[in-house]
Amino acid sequence: MFMRNGLLFLALLTTPILHADESPKLGKPVSQALVKQWNSDIFPDGEGLPTGKGTATYGKKVYQQYCLSCHGIKGTGDSADELAGAKHGLTDNPPDKTIGTYWPYATTIFDFTRRSMPLNNPGSLNNSQLYAVTAYLLFLNGIITEKEIMNAETLPKVIMPNRNGFVSYTVNP
Amino acid sequence: MTSKNLLTPVAGGGLLDRRLFLKRGLTFSAAILTTNALAENQHFRPESSKKPGVPFSNYGLPSQYERETIRWTMGNSMADGNGVSWTPLQDLEGTITPNGLHFERHHNGVPEIDPKRHQLLIHGLVNKNLLFKVEDLLRYPMTSCLCFIECGGNSNAAWRSKPIQTKLGYFHGMASCSEWTGVPLRLLLDEVKLKGRAKWLVAEGADASLMNVSLPLDKAVDDCIIALYQNGERIRPENGYPLRLIAPGWEGVVNVKWLRRLHITNRPVMARNETSKYTELMPSGKARQFTFVMEAKSLITNPSFGHKLDKQGFYQISGLAWSGRGKIKKVEVSADGGKTWAEADLQTPILSKCFTRFRIPWQWNGEKVILKSRAIDETGYIQPERDALVKQRGTHGYFHYNAIVSWEINNDGSITHVYA
Repeated sequence: MFMRNGLLFLALLTTPILHADESPKLGKPVSQALVKQWNSDIFPDGEGLPTGKGTATYGKKVYQQYCLSCHGIKGTGDSADELAGAKHGLTDNPPDKTIGTYWPYATTIFDFTRRSMPLNNPGSLNNSQLYAVTAYLLFLNGIITEKEIMNAETLPKVIMPNRNGFVSYTVNP
Repeated sequence: MTSKNLLTPVAGGGLLDRRLFLKRGLTFSAAILTTNALAENQHFRPESSKKPGVPFSNYGLPSQYERETIRWTMGNSMADGNGVSWTPLQDLEGTITPNGLHFERHHNGVPEIDPKRHQLLIHGLVNKNLLFKVEDLLRYPMTSCLCFIECGGNSNAAWRSKPIQTKLGYFHGMASCSEWTGVPLRLLLDEVKLKGRAKWLVAEGADASLMNVSLPLDKAVDDCIIALYQNGERIRPENGYPLRLIAPGWEGVVNVKWLRRLHITNRPVMARNETSKYTELMPSGKARQFTFVMEAKSLITNPSFGHKLDKQGFYQISGLAWSGRGKIKKVEVSADGGKTWAEADLQTPILSKCFTRFRIPWQWNGEKVILKSRAIDETGYIQPERDALVKQRGTHGYFHYNAIVSWEINNDGSITHVYA
């Protein structure tokens, strides 16, 4: 009887799931300063955007120096993606997917350029260069004017043409 | 059942009962080897046994006769670390992909990472931001998951209006299967203590593109692993050494390699790789987003394009099936272009979200036929014909192509990829 109860007890305790109390808990608490240093995520509402600012006028120079060799004149594409200058829309054959016709959030341009570009020297652009080149790409796509200043305040407020073009497939978006 | 009954086709085009190999051992006539050896005790020795073999090796390599079984690589002309390499599925058998042949998708090359200096930060909507060293993680309880990883962009050439004529692996080979071993992510999430508002996590790699992507926390708690090992050895650099996030059954891009940071949030970050890419544009002009699950797919790997049938007669059709929703329940094969179907034999064990090998014997009569396979998973999902998939999604979605693949066997035994 004891054995049977003991086995039953064991069976209740032993699930295929590993429990937290089996964990050695070796994670080292870290300061907010370290988190801030590591965290590069930028959200559509502007969370994570750094200080700095730029306009398309300066952004054009940045683009020509760092981006043009792969993305082509005025973002029309070459060995890398077409970024601007769509000739037609998303329901045409073939569809023309650019920042202007497809990307839902302006913050993504800044974030992706900062984390991944240029391919041969990622991380080499400063924040003002990044705001400027983001402004240039938005200007090329007819979304902002050449003189509009992009910074942590203004960039999240830019409404992208395809903002409502996505349907989420997750149960918990 | 008698042999005679087993040899009666069970569907059009010469498909035979899948139990044939099991019930009736095939007999092969053994070739008698003869040699010109003069020595009295040489006549029974094959060439390989006439001198001592080469000594031990620290790390084994495939036979010199298998040097064509390689990944094909396709790098960007301006940045050779940006591109893909393909698993040569047409040359492999069983279900496990050798580590050196696992497909790759890198956004900016394979980083060189010293595990002694690599750490994983978990922060955001947690009670404690914690940093884990690799050596710490090696002390945690581990679990293994035998599962496939498939790039969301796998098979994208099949959206084209004309069927591509290339080896199977070079348009469906961004799919591979390994035993991944590591720490259940749930254990680490318990340790940082999630806040009630936490709903998503943003995972980031330590590569030159600092690739990041969001996934729902439910998945992380359910079955994600912080993997340290792949098929028993530490993960290869090109597959994420020293840490890779494994999200079983979900598109490759969320299985973040070189994992360095998990940001717990209440919303997705809307990274480039979940907005501009890895979303599927539909005919309506709207795009599907966060389509994480790789739906059921199957492929006949042998015979397939590039193979040639020497003569009519007996063949074994062999292929792979998988589903991101769970186990494969059934694979059916057609040898008459989809008019009739026969159930293939599934190699056991059949595991959830894992490659499943199917096989069926087949008698080829030398005539032109079309071979197809279709997978059905445990949720009842049936792999669609290409027409049905295109009707539903158009041809500009790029990602998540999983339609039935058709091979036309020509009279001369050569094989053409067709839409049928």
